[in-house]
Amino acid sequence: MQVTITINGEQVARDVEPRQLLVHFIRDTPGLTGTHWGCDTSNCGACVVLMDGQPIKSCTTLAAMCEGHEIRTVESLETGGELDPIQQGFHEKHALHCGFCTPGMLMTTRALLDENPNPTDEEIRTAISGGICRCTGYKNIVAAVQWAAQHEAATRQEV
Amino acid sequence: MQTPASFEYERATSVDGAIEALQRLGSEARVIAGGHSLLPMMKLRLANPEHLIDINDLHELAYVREEGSEVRIGALTRHVDLLKSDLLALRFPVFRDAEEVIADPVVRNRGTIGGSLCQADAAEDLSAVCSALKAQAVIRGPSGERVVGMDDFYIGPFTTAVGDGEILTEVRLALRPGAGSAHEKVERRAGDWAIAAASAALWVENGTIADAGVALSAVGPTTIQVTRADDLLRGRPPSDELFEEAGRIASEDCAPLPDGRGPVDYKRHLAGVLTKRALRRAAARAQHQEA
Repeated sequence: MQVTITINGEQVARDVEPRQLLVHFIRDTPGLTGTHWGCDTSNCGACVVLMDGQPIKSCTTLAAMCEGHEIRTVESLETGGELDPIQQGFHEKHALHCGFCTPGMLMTTRALLDENPNPTDEEIRTAISGGICRCTGYKNIVAAVQWAAQHEAATRQEV
Repeated sequence: MQTPASFEYERATSVDGAIEALQRLGSEARVIAGGHSLLPMMKLRLANPEHLIDINDLHELAYVREEGSEVRIGALTRHVDLLKSDLLALRFPVFRDAEEVIADPVVRNRGTIGGSLCQADAAEDLSAVCSALKAQAVIRGPSGERVVGMDDFYIGPFTTAVGDGEILTEVRLALRPGAGSAHEKVERRAGDWAIAAASAALWVENGTIADAGVALSAVGPTTIQVTRADDLLRGRPPSDELFEEAGRIASEDCAPLPDGRGPVDYKRHLAGVLTKRALRRAAARAQHQEA
């Protein structure tokens, strides 16, 4: 079947089997391999992308179900050579080691800050509870999100 | 790599259209909404539908509203919207209790109440919530609607009263005076299925329990409705001793199997303790001693 999905602002059309999962559509067709394909059971959160601004697990969503929707992947965070504040936060606070969970963590926490620009540590931990990180113990991820929140608040004040 | 077996896919543009497609395609067709129960089952070949009818565009089935003497919830209402509903938090706080511990926030963005109930997984939380509240399920088919109580909704494991060619459209909750409700769950780790969970609802009038509902998740082949506990509670004033006794009945009347989540005696113990705790909180809420 023909499926057309807007991924990072660009329309991607492809003839796929109805059973194709969104994560494979994203990785195969436009070659956006930043979205990681992990546990395949909606437990690990490495595959999280935004659908109409909301984080979803792309391993448990059919590509066909996304026709007509806007998908954002980790590749969309950097604009014009400038990292998104959430990416800068992960860099500053050393919020990754192997990096496998990172795309999902970045998209999940980007969506959190879009909805709640000043989250508590508890709110961050709840938001990322659908993602598994085996390197950081989560502490640095929470610190990175707080770094991004403060940085964004400062930027807003300057403007 | 886990991929479902091949199937045909179509997207419904109306409830009647979805029912027409289900009629046309017969018993090998399934409705898909959030897909967070069905797709994992399909990957494991535990479900092998030949046709999927996607109802995600049926926005008319996504709502929580008060109508007359009922709260009505559309089948396509997602977990995140149940969690955030002020109306449910006010009328039936058991939903918020349960939604805070169903899967994780990302999964809750997709999964729906209709999918949860129709999956009829005994370990699923909303089935116990709706059973304790004595909800009514509205099922629509080609010849119109029928309304089924939760006591007739679950026919067996993963099997409900929703027949071929039918679709669950709405869950109705009667507004009755003196309502209080709560859900208690123990899981191995954040976002996991329950080892055991208990939902309790009480309707307390003039210091006496006018009606009660207790239901358990994950400790039997289907959601367990502890009707013996309901009978015990009805007509008596709420008390810790009474709730202790209801908990004892719950641990007797459940039917857990041993598995990686724990042995039978532990699960029975949990069912009893969680029932008691849920009843205590439900009573406090009914009597406005706790928000």
